[in-house]
Order: sequence, then C-alpha cells, then structure tokens
Amino acid sequence: MAFVIHRLALLVPTVLGVTIITFFMIHLIPGDPARTILGIHATPRAIAILHAQWGLNRPLVDQYWLYMDRLVHGNLGQSLYYGSGVSGLITSRLPVTLWLIIYAALLAVIISVPLAILAASRKDAIRDHAVRVIPLLGLGMPAFWLALILQSQLSVRFRLFPVTGYGTGFAGHLHSMFLPSLTVAIALCPVIVRSLRASMLDVLGADFITTARAKGVPASRLFIRHVLRNAIIPAVTVLGINIGFLIGGTLIVEQVFGLPGVGSLLVQAIFERDFPVVQAVALIFGIMVVMVNLLTDVAYATLDPRVRFDR
Amino acid sequence: MSAISIPAAEGSPGSAPRAAGERAQNRRSRWYRQPTLMAGLVITGLILFLVIAAPLLTSYNPDTQNFAATLQGPSAHHLLGTDQLGRDTWSRLLYGGRTDLRIAFIAVLLPFVIGTIVGSLAGYFGGWVDIVIMRLVDIVVAFPFFVLIIALVFVLGPGERSIYIAITLVGWVSYARIIRGQILVAKRQEYVAAAQSGGLSAVRIMGRHLLPNVISQAIVYALSVDIEQDILAIVTLSYLGLGIQPPAPDWGTMISDGQNFLTTHWQLTTIPGLAVVVTGLGLSLLADGLADLLRLGQS
Repeated sequence: MAFVIHRLALLVPTVLGVTIITFFMIHLIPGDPARTILGIHATPRAIAILHAQWGLNRPLVDQYWLYMDRLVHGNLGQSLYYGSGVSGLITSRLPVTLWLIIYAALLAVIISVPLAILAASRKDAIRDHAVRVIPLLGLGMPAFWLALILQSQLSVRFRLFPVTGYGTGFAGHLHSMFLPSLTVAIALCPVIVRSLRASMLDVLGADFITTARAKGVPASRLFIRHVLRNAIIPAVTVLGINIGFLIGGTLIVEQVFGLPGVGSLLVQAIFERDFPVVQAVALIFGIMVVMVNLLTDVAYATLDPRVRFDR
Repeated sequence: MSAISIPAAEGSPGSAPRAAGERAQNRRSRWYRQPTLMAGLVITGLILFLVIAAPLLTSYNPDTQNFAATLQGPSAHHLLGTDQLGRDTWSRLLYGGRTDLRIAFIAVLLPFVIGTIVGSLAGYFGGWVDIVIMRLVDIVVAFPFFVLIIALVFVLGPGERSIYIAITLVGWVSYARIIRGQILVAKRQEYVAAAQSGGLSAVRIMGRHLLPNVISQAIVYALSVDIEQDILAIVTLSYLGLGIQPPAPDWGTMISDGQNFLTTHWQLTTIPGLAVVVTGLGLSLLADGLADLLRLGQS
C-alpha cells in the first residue's frame, strides 16, 4: 500500500510536467504562433481571435494558468480544421486506437511465446540464434513501409483482408484490423521475445525445474505448466513498459490502413496544420503512457510479492 | 575451451604476467570471434561504403529528371529502374542513404553529450540534483518517442534543423539514464574515494576518473540502438513530409513517392524500405555483439 501511495505521489509532478511540455509547444513555433498556424492568407481579425483565445498577449504564467483551467474542465481546445472541440474528436476516435493497441499486444504475445520457447528450449543452438536474429529485422523496419507492403500484397493482390477501414461488429473488427495490428505487433516482438527468452532461461535454471525433471515431467508439460507461467509476468511488464512504443507504432499504421483512430487524427492534423489537435493528442498519449506505466508497476508489485522496490 | 597457460616471462618488456583465467577470458572476448558482432560490422560497413562512395558507384545525378524514361524497370542503364519523374532509383537510393545516415550520425552527438553530462551530475551528486533530473527524465519518457518527435518537428517547421532540435530534446534522456546508473555503481569504488580524499574537484573526478570507466555503454548505445532509432525517425518524418524536403533524395520520401505505384512498380517502395531494414539489422547485430563483448570484458 505504501508503495502504491509513493507511486501515486510521483505521478503528480510527471503529469504536470507533461502539461508544461505540451503547453510550451506553442512557443516553439517560430515567429507569431497565430500567424504561422493560420497561414499567410489569415485576416488580422482571425489572428486577433486566436490571440485572445490562447491569451498570447498575457504573461507566460497567466497563459499556462489559462491552459490548465481549460484542461481541468475537459476542454482540449478547438480544432482549426474541423471547427469542433478536440475533446469530442479524440473521444470518438479513442476506441479504434485502443482496439488496435490491445489487438497488437495480443498478437505480439501469440507470436512471441512459441518463438521464445523454441529459443530457450535449447540455448545456443541454431534455432536459438535464429530466433534471436530474425526478430531484429522487425526492430529496424519502418512501420508504415511494412504496412504498405502487407496491404498491397495481402489486401490488394490476394484480397484476404479489406484494404482500409475498421469493419463492423466484433468479427468485422477482428478481420479488418488484423493487418494493422500485425504490423504493430511485428515491431514489438523482438523486445518481448528477448525478455521472455531471458526470463525462461532464468526459470529453467531454478531448483523446482530440476525437481520436476527428476520426477519425469514431460518437456511439453514442463514448459507450459512451470516455465511459461513463471516467465510470463516479466514479459507482460515489458509490454507495459513499451506502451509508448506501441502507441508510437499505431500513428502511421492507422493512417495507411485508413483507421479512424487517434493516430490518424494526429497525422491528418499535421497535414492540415491543425495545431490544437497535435497538442491535444500529444498530451493524451503522454498521460496514457504515464497511467499504463503506473498500472504496470502496481500490478507487478501486487502479483509478485518479492518486488516492493526500495523506499 | 582449452586454456593453455604459458606463464609470461616475468619482467620481459611489453608483456605483463597474466592469470590463466584472464587469458581465456581475453580469448573469448576477442572481437573477431563474435559472429553477431562480425555480421553487424560487415553489414554496417558495406552500407557505409555504399553511401560514402555514392559518386563513384553511379553516374546519374539523383535529382535529374528525365521524362523520356519514367517508371522503367531495371536495365543496364538504370540498375534499379527509374521513378515517376525518370530519376535513377539506384542513384537516389545511394544519395538518399547518404542524407539519412549523415543526419542520423550528427543527430546522435548532441543528445550523447548532454545526456552524459546530465546523467553524471545526477549520479555523482545524488540528492535533489538527482531528484530534479530524474523527474525531468520521467516527463520526457512519458511521451511516446515518435509522437513527441513528430509533434516537435511539426511546431518547429519541417527540415533538417528541426530534426536535430527535436531529437536532442527527446534523445538525451536515454544517455542520462545509462550514465547515471553506471556512475551510481562506479562511485562506490575505492579509486573514487581515493580521488576525493586527494582533494580533487568533483568536475575532475567525474571527467577524468569516472567517465572513462562508464562511457562505453553509452557509446555502444549511441552507435547502434540510437542511430537506428534516429534513422527510423528521419525516414518516418520524411514520409510525412516533415523531414527531408524534396527534391533532395531520402529513403522516406522514396517510399512515399513510390506508394502510388505499389501495384504496378513495387520496387519503388520496396527497395528503399529494404535499405532501412538492412541498415537496422546491421546496427542491431552490432549492438548485440558489442553488448556481449562488454559483458565478457566486465565479468
């Protein structure tokens, strides 16, 4: 419990810091932010309205206060392109992104577990080296490129999956979002395989495995009942730690597959020079990562009583 | 591993006496005996050679358009064919890699220097310095890497300068974490206590005594993982139109230019993508090999 409270206390400065960074983004814009955002054809009136809206003529502290006041009231600003509130845009698109993240995480685990077992079952054998090297290909692969290739081959040429879209109903989502999720999962696999393999090797060296082997437990049962069970917690933690990586992977994949999620909202906002949307999406993703990291830490400490961390 | 120990002649010039174990250790940690490291070196070296020697390997200017020869397949004249503007793909691939790798190598420098200094301060002084710096680190890592980089380059305006600024603002964090962790361990060593009681200044102890002992891991990280990550960031930014501005060649713009012809001229998108993948693989292998070498050297 003390650990949870300590962890929650650390949350406050981090979340405040995240808001400060997104707040300062507007001041990184070269020149007059309002003029740059609205473009060269902006009327002086439109610029004046934006100045008033963001309080650009007031001292920095006042501006931040104004920004925080808005955030606390759930107002993430007005989209310049859509003309509507950014909060509404994000809430309507969040389910798609969450679907993608969870689906990709599941696929990544489904792909990684057999690979890790394959590698750990005979350390330093050829298959161990193969499993360690092949996923490295996924690590250096631009997600948008892989998305384009998978889409052009499996969807356009062989018509196995819809080219774009989200699908309808649970089965529809599952079908339509397979390729986007696979793209994200492939980038994630190397990290999971690596940690799962390491923790499996750790478990394999433990006394209770020797005991089980001596009792004649068959290898398949040994791996599923004893090794995997103990090795999966660190792997899930790695997934939690890499939530930022996972979210980063969804951005352009959503764009390529035409999924109406928060990631493609960000990419389109960049094309439309819609600053309030970019700022709000960065903020939401930042806070999402902080929250998931908190949950991972707490879950880890609850599941594994050996881990209570120092202090 | 048959370690035959031949005791070195005591006092003979240039050869210090060594224990048998240390010899075996050294033999195992010899760099050319590491298959991963060798594979990484060969792949990375080959790619570096190709992009550096680009002017010798192609006679085409990567930006010269030729509307009489658009969207051609591979031929004796154009090794990898031409794109929709009749530009030579092989030439654009080489010069594109030149741009991306140059920016990636430069982009690593500032985060490395800043992160190393900040991490040393946090690790050495501890206390409130450490608390403030680590909270700052927490805040930066809260953002997904790509989201923050893309948002920063967007507000700073597209182009090379913005890429450097964005990567510096985000990238220093990893170095700060690595160096801080290493310094926390290293500062408990006796030589540090000796230097402190000798009255050396904190700056001197950090710079002359601690850093040379802890910097290797940060260098390995810079040369492999970080460069790879930066290449991906640059390519992604260019794909979004925020990075290298056309007509300058770069792998990201090549992929995005080619995607409209994916069903008819698949090579236009596939080849630059493969270039990124192979470069990434080379750097990953290099990272793994170097990490193994460091582990062996330390144990």
